[in-house]
Amino acid sequence: MKNKNKKEQRMLGTILYVLGVMLIISGSISLPTSLARTIVYSMLALGVVFVAAGLYLNHSYQTKLGTLKALQYFLLTVGAVIMVFPFYWMIASAFKTSAEMNFFPPTMFPKNWLNFDNFYIAFETAPFGRYFMNSVITCLSSVTLTTFTTILGAFAFSRLNFPGREVLFSLLLSMMMVPFEMLVITNYTTIVKLGINDTLYALVLPFTSSIFYTYILRNFFQSIPDGLYWSARVDGCNNWRYLWKVMVPIARPSLVTIVLLNAMASWNSFMWPLLVIKQDYNRTLPFGLYTFTTEVGANNELLMAASSVVVMPMIILFLFARKQIVGGVARGGIKG
Amino acid sequence: MQVEMQGLTKHFGATKAVNDFSITLYDGELVCLLGPSGCGKSTVLNMLAGILPVTKGKILFDGEDVTKHPPEQRGIGLVFQNYALYPHMTVMGNICFPLEIQNVPKAERIRRATEMAELVHMGDYLNRRPKQLSGGQQQRVAIARALVKNPRLLLLDEPLSNLDARLRLEMREEIRRIQLQTQVTTVFVTHDQEEAMSISDHIALMKDGYLQQHEKPQALYDEPANQFVADFLGNPPINNLEGTAQGDRFVSNDGSSFVCRGIEVVPSGTKINLAIRAESFVMENEKADSFMKCKIISVYQLGKEEMAQVEFGGNIFRAYISLENNIKAGDEVYLSLKDRGVFFFDKESGRRYI
Repeated sequence: MKNKNKKEQRMLGTILYVLGVMLIISGSISLPTSLARTIVYSMLALGVVFVAAGLYLNHSYQTKLGTLKALQYFLLTVGAVIMVFPFYWMIASAFKTSAEMNFFPPTMFPKNWLNFDNFYIAFETAPFGRYFMNSVITCLSSVTLTTFTTILGAFAFSRLNFPGREVLFSLLLSMMMVPFEMLVITNYTTIVKLGINDTLYALVLPFTSSIFYTYILRNFFQSIPDGLYWSARVDGCNNWRYLWKVMVPIARPSLVTIVLLNAMASWNSFMWPLLVIKQDYNRTLPFGLYTFTTEVGANNELLMAASSVVVMPMIILFLFARKQIVGGVARGGIKG
Repeated sequence: MQVEMQGLTKHFGATKAVNDFSITLYDGELVCLLGPSGCGKSTVLNMLAGILPVTKGKILFDGEDVTKHPPEQRGIGLVFQNYALYPHMTVMGNICFPLEIQNVPKAERIRRATEMAELVHMGDYLNRRPKQLSGGQQQRVAIARALVKNPRLLLLDEPLSNLDARLRLEMREEIRRIQLQTQVTTVFVTHDQEEAMSISDHIALMKDGYLQQHEKPQALYDEPANQFVADFLGNPPINNLEGTAQGDRFVSNDGSSFVCRGIEVVPSGTKINLAIRAESFVMENEKADSFMKCKIISVYQLGKEEMAQVEFGGNIFRAYISLENNIKAGDEVYLSLKDRGVFFFDKESGRRYI
C-alpha cells in the first residue's frame, strides 16, 4: 500500500514539475508582447508553485540539481544583461540617426548598422585623432615606466637584504591609504614649479611608480624559492641578470596583470588631465570627450559615437585578458 | 680539489649553528655531512657555497683561502632538495644557463649541455619543461646543471629527500656513478644514515653544531667515537644495556651479571652503557655463570634468520639469532658477545672506553 502511494506521489510530482516549467517558459515568452499582464504574471507564479511542489513530491536528486543549475544560470544571465546592456546601447546609438534617437518607444536596433556618419561628424567637430594619440602616448609611457620601477622595487623588497627593509615597505604600504585626491594639490604645485603643466609630461610624471603593483609583484617574487637565486648566483649570475633572466619571465602572469590594470587606469584617468591640461590639443580622450559633450549639446548620437571610440581599446584589451586580470588580482592579494 | 675547513663557526645571533668545524676533503672524494635535522650540516654546506657568511674560521680550496669569496668566484655546483630548476626554461635551457652566464659560445654551450644530459641519462628530454618531468628526472637535470660548468666542488643539499623510497635508492646509486665518472669532489648533505653509509668515501657525523666523528663509513660503524655515533648508525639501532663495570664482569642494574671480554678497560664501579649491535650475540649451549642468562620475549621471522626481543637484567634488547636454535617466546637462553660490535660508553658523558 505504502509503496503504491509513494509511486503515485512521484508521478504527481513529475507531472506538476513539467507543467510548472512549461508555464514559466510560456509565461516568460509571452511577457514582452502580451497585453494581458495579469494572466501572464499569474501563469508565472503558478509555474513557480508547481515546480516547487513537484520537487517536493518527486524526490529525484538529479531534478533538484538541474533546477538549481537552471536558477543559477538564470541569475547569471540577468546579471550579464544588466552589465552588458549599457555598452550595447552606446554602440547601437552610435549608428542611429538623430531622428531615430528621438523615437518613442526607443528602438532596440539602429535601422542601418553601416551608418558611420556620427563618427565622421564627431571626428570633425573635435580632434579625436589627436586626443587618441595623446592618450596612447601617456598610457604607453606611464605603463612602461611604472612596470620598470615596479619590477625594480619588488626585487629590492623581496630579494635584497638591507637594514630597515620591512619598515620601509610597511611605510610604503601605509601610503596606499592616502587617497589620490589628497595628493592632487601637492602634485599640482610640483608640476607647476617644474614648469611642465599643460604638457604631456605632466600627465606621465606623477604616474611612474605604484605601491600597489609593487606589493602584488613583491608577493609573487617572494614565492619564488631561494634555491633558484642561489643556483644562479653560484653560476656567476648577478642580481641584475637574475632579475631579468629568471624572475621576470617566471612572474610573467603577474606582470601581464599589472600592465593591464595600469593601462586601464591610465587610459581612463580623467581628473588629473582635467587639472593640468589647458590647451585643446593636449587633451586625452576622456577629457576630450567631456568637453565634447558640452560642445555637441543634445546630439546624443554623436556623443555615443565618440564614447564608443574611447572605450573600444579597453574593451578589446579586457576581452583578450580578462582571465589574467581577475586571476592576478586574486593571486597577489591572498598572501599577505 | 682538496677542501679544507678550519675551525668553521657560524652563529645566528645567540644560536650557535656550527662550532669549530674542521675537516679536510681530498680530491675526488664524496663526503657526506650526516646528522639529525638542526645539527648544522646544511649551514656548513651553505658556508662552503658562500651563501652564508662565516662567523669564524677558514675555508681553503686547494690551499687558497676562499672564506670571503662570493659564491660566483668559488667554482662550485649546487643542487637543492627542491631541485630549483628554472620553470620557464626547457631542460636544455636549464643546463645551458650556467654556460650562458659565463658567455660560452652558443654552439659549445649546446654541445656541452647535450653531453651532460647524456651523462645523467636525460638526453631524450631536452625539450621538456621541469613541470613535465618526474621528481627523479628533475633531480637529474639539476645535477647536470650543477656539473655542466665543470665545478671544482659539487654541493648536494639533501638531494634525495623529496623522492619516494624506491627512486631514492636508484638516484643515490646514480649520484655515485656520476660522481665517480666525473671525479668531482662532492659534499652530500643528508639525515639518512643508510644513504650516507652506502655512497660516501667519508662521513662527517654532526650533532648540535659539533663534529662528532669524521671517518670512513665502515669505520664509523665499527668504531664509533661516542654514544651518539653508535646510536645514530645502524638499523636496527644499537642496544644499550645499563649497568656497572666490575672487573671482567658487566653487572646489570638488578644485579645479574656476566663475563664480558674487553670490559677491563673501564675502571671498576663506573656506570656505563654496554652498547651491542643486534648481530653481535652468540647463542651458547651450556648453562654457565659467565654467560648472559636471558629470557626470550618474542621472536620475529626475517626469513634467513630470526630477530628476537630479549630481556636481560631488566634491559630489553634486540638480537639476531640463527634459525637452527629453534627459539620461541618464553625460552630461557644463554648468550655471549662477539668482539665486534660491542662498545663501552660512559653513562654520563657518552665517552667511549677503549
